[in-house]
Amino acid sequence: MNRENLINTILLLALATVPLWAMANDAPYTITLATKVAIFALAGVGLNIALGLGGLVSLGHAAFFGIGGYAMGILASHAQNFEPIMQWPLLIEGSKSMPVIWITGVIASGLAALIIGALSLRTSGVYFIMITLAFGQMLFFFAISWPAYGGEDGLSIYIRNGFPGLNTLLPIHFFGICYTLLALALLFSAKLAKSPFGLALNAARQTPARVEAVGLSPYRLRLTAFVISGMITGLAGALFADLNRFVSPSMFSWQTSGEIMVFLILGGVGRLYGPVAGAAAFIMLEHFLGGLSDYWHIYLGVLLLLVVLFARGGIIGFLAGRQVAHD
Amino acid sequence: MTVILFIEQVLNGLQFGIMLFLMAAGLTLVFGVMGLINLAHGALYMVGAFAAAAVAGMTGSFLLALIAALAAAAAAGALVELLVIRRLYIRDHLDQVLATFALILIFSEGTRWMFGSFPLYLDIPDYLSGPVTLPGGIKYPLYRLVITLIGLCIAGGLFLLISRTRLGIRIRAGESDREMIAALGVNISKLYTIVFALGAALAGLAGALVGAIQSVQVGMGEPVMILAFVVIVIGGIGSIKGALIGALMVGLTNTLGGIAMPAFLRLFMDNSAASATGSALASMLIYVLMAVVLIWRPQGLFGAAT
Amino acid sequence: MNFKTIITVAGIALASTAAIAQGDKVKVGMITTLSGGGAGLGIDVRDGFMLAVKQAGDANLEVIVEDDQRKPEIAVQLADRMIQSDDVDVLTGIIWSNLAMAVVPSATAQGKFYLSPNAGPSALAGKGCNPNYFNVAWQNDNLHEAAGGYANTAGFENIFILAPNYPAGQDALTGFKRMYKGDLAGEVFTQLGQKDYASELAQIRASGADSIFFFLPGGMGISFLKQYADSGIDLPVVGPAFSFDQGILQAVGDAAMGVKNTSQWNKDIDNPANAAFVASFQAEYGRLPSLYASQGFDTANLLLSAMKKADINDADAFRAALEAADFDSVRGKFSFSANHHPIQDIYVREVIKEGDVYTNKIIGVALSDQSNVYVDECKM
Repeated sequence: MNRENLINTILLLALATVPLWAMANDAPYTITLATKVAIFALAGVGLNIALGLGGLVSLGHAAFFGIGGYAMGILASHAQNFEPIMQWPLLIEGSKSMPVIWITGVIASGLAALIIGALSLRTSGVYFIMITLAFGQMLFFFAISWPAYGGEDGLSIYIRNGFPGLNTLLPIHFFGICYTLLALALLFSAKLAKSPFGLALNAARQTPARVEAVGLSPYRLRLTAFVISGMITGLAGALFADLNRFVSPSMFSWQTSGEIMVFLILGGVGRLYGPVAGAAAFIMLEHFLGGLSDYWHIYLGVLLLLVVLFARGGIIGFLAGRQVAHD
Repeated sequence: MTVILFIEQVLNGLQFGIMLFLMAAGLTLVFGVMGLINLAHGALYMVGAFAAAAVAGMTGSFLLALIAALAAAAAAGALVELLVIRRLYIRDHLDQVLATFALILIFSEGTRWMFGSFPLYLDIPDYLSGPVTLPGGIKYPLYRLVITLIGLCIAGGLFLLISRTRLGIRIRAGESDREMIAALGVNISKLYTIVFALGAALAGLAGALVGAIQSVQVGMGEPVMILAFVVIVIGGIGSIKGALIGALMVGLTNTLGGIAMPAFLRLFMDNSAASATGSALASMLIYVLMAVVLIWRPQGLFGAAT
Repeated sequence: MNFKTIITVAGIALASTAAIAQGDKVKVGMITTLSGGGAGLGIDVRDGFMLAVKQAGDANLEVIVEDDQRKPEIAVQLADRMIQSDDVDVLTGIIWSNLAMAVVPSATAQGKFYLSPNAGPSALAGKGCNPNYFNVAWQNDNLHEAAGGYANTAGFENIFILAPNYPAGQDALTGFKRMYKGDLAGEVFTQLGQKDYASELAQIRASGADSIFFFLPGGMGISFLKQYADSGIDLPVVGPAFSFDQGILQAVGDAAMGVKNTSQWNKDIDNPANAAFVASFQAEYGRLPSLYASQGFDTANLLLSAMKKADINDADAFRAALEAADFDSVRGKFSFSANHHPIQDIYVREVIKEGDVYTNKIIGVALSDQSNVYVDECKM
């Protein structure tokens, strides 16, 4: 086990220990914070597949986060009001079951990623950044002004959706669900990086011409990565909506895209567990800096700037040394 | 829609487009010459508006306020370039995005800390207020005409600057081969600072001009900046001409679409629903425009093929 | 998430009055917007609320204040924390309807009281009403309805109406049309956050309207009024108080002069409670109180009045004490309708200049004893 793996294991264990400690000490809000870390980390793991592995700097991942959230909001609000979503040509009912919501959210955000990716990946570099940002913004405006599902007010769900065999109303159970999904996503993304697809994608990031020369299409590789990435971020969006029992267009805002990217850089770009470390650091900063000053964003900005300029490896890089896993 | 209303809306679209151009020109120059994507460009727009409001409040002179906006934004731009941005030229786009995102946080909260949470007051001067009657009996606000003209003059000036002056030659040389002009003895880091400050000054000027008819408040720059991105994507990165054409296209689409969509839907729905749905769809139109341009020419209308 | 602003009010002056209170401590969690855009409103609500708390000097009242950054997600998490960890009895403070919709249903479902100092979305007044939810400001439609009523008395017959395209904006136009009897020259939904109204102004000019009603809160209203003043269109304008309140008026400047707006409060309402409030607010904070400050002040006084009558642990008794609304409102007359929203007079104000400061003066009553239309839908 090398040093980075050791740190990763400690990180994952720590994230599991905190809520257990909180439960023993009757501090349920700490569990909520830990759940938030797990969900944000999951969104970051999604973005990391596009960004770390594929080199695709997407500033529009809030689109998928929001679509996942709205999948939960729309399904659950219909179930809550006992109104079917669609009666013709076939009857589609709402749902309060998490697995159904997750699958819907993942498929919907995957489709959106397919469309946005197919258009955006025709370009690269700065164009790609600006276009993903613009598409995210388009969905943001649409969500605000489309009246059917609450517009800017968003949708409120009174009771958290259910998962067979668990009581999701208990913070610790819901944390368990999010944590398990995060662990699965981490496992998946580790396998993906080492798979032929992941290796080809990595090669397409470094020297696209060579990949083409062996008969692979960099465009397809990247599009696939972008769709997978969007799906995972969409799943995180559905969980985040369930954590708050609420969705609103602010999930689509470009600041959300920026924040997901901030998790990656704080944790360390290209590190598998970067998003976990980054999300945990972000939540702690928000918690403690927010306590110091109403203007805590200034400190966050300065810190972020320092990390970008002088500590590229982020937290994991700092702890594990400079070697980056994927390069 | 009457002809007069239509002409008035076209003028509005032009004015909006010209202001977008002032934002987009700086972004596209900075990208063209230094290869840098600057998310904090909107913050410089805000700096210009706040400086103008502060100086107008102290002196009562709109002209001084505009000069202050130019100076403050250029100074902020130069400062940021010297302290932060110049370390980013050699970095990849991801680092640039994150560092400039951090700058947004610092600028926004810093401005709020200095000026408070309430919007600031900035108004157009008396000699520019009120409407004028154009040929054909169209009443149109004088101020909007003036800022459209100012914008056009600046666009013309930029073209001259880039095609006719020594600085322009260096900028163009910088766009095509950075290493070479450094090797030829041009002080490249000074050139970069000047270009960045120039772009910042344009954004600051736009902020002050627009701030006088809108509200001067924290966060005012980001929506404009995102539209400026759309403009550059449509026009082609690095092209001033593309930025101008793209800005006018976005301005006109946004303004005309905003009335055409609801009017069109009124054919099928009642008034209230048509207004609501039409305005929801109209808000997406410019992004659809962007998508269409991308399908047709991924490098933008005037961008060099990569 | 701010841990900083934990304000414990120990018996400052008047500690003796605290003895009247019935024993048990009441812990209030205030979630409001203190940073970012719109922070001015939250700061005013907080300052108004804390002024009343300070004046009462009730040692049994503890207030925790937190900043929601105007983000619904943050508001929900703060509410969760206050309910789960801080064990608050009463929540209050939210400014925005969308944040209220995110927090109130689950808070009241968990048996907490919620006293709204501002937002009053229709969903919480009608089908989604709850015995533990009280709105101390207004139902969202109220001020717009009053504007419609005023348009009738002012003799407007062909009005152009506009609002942003989001639920509160749609409610605004519906509320206005509910009372207004004349014709509509046009009805336009603008984009939320829109700053350029050239296109709408051109439509107004072309529509042949005889007057304008608009609901554009915050920066949108500032932009609209400045551009309107510059457009040369000279029609009477009416709107709800939000675009003409103390905090915002200075940024609008001359463009707002003479505009009529509807409000349930103004600093010149003639009653002793209001006079004392305006004077003490100015003395405490060095600025004129706003509408929002008055709402925060009333909210705290309502709570204090209930604390004197009942024990918070006896939810039914405490609820009855709140329903009685036995406090001196700065608005004068104040009572609750069956769905726990105010029944109150709504005034027409005109923007004037006092020295260098833009402010409002009352010129008449738009609607007397105005309740809301959602009472019948509410079953509790």
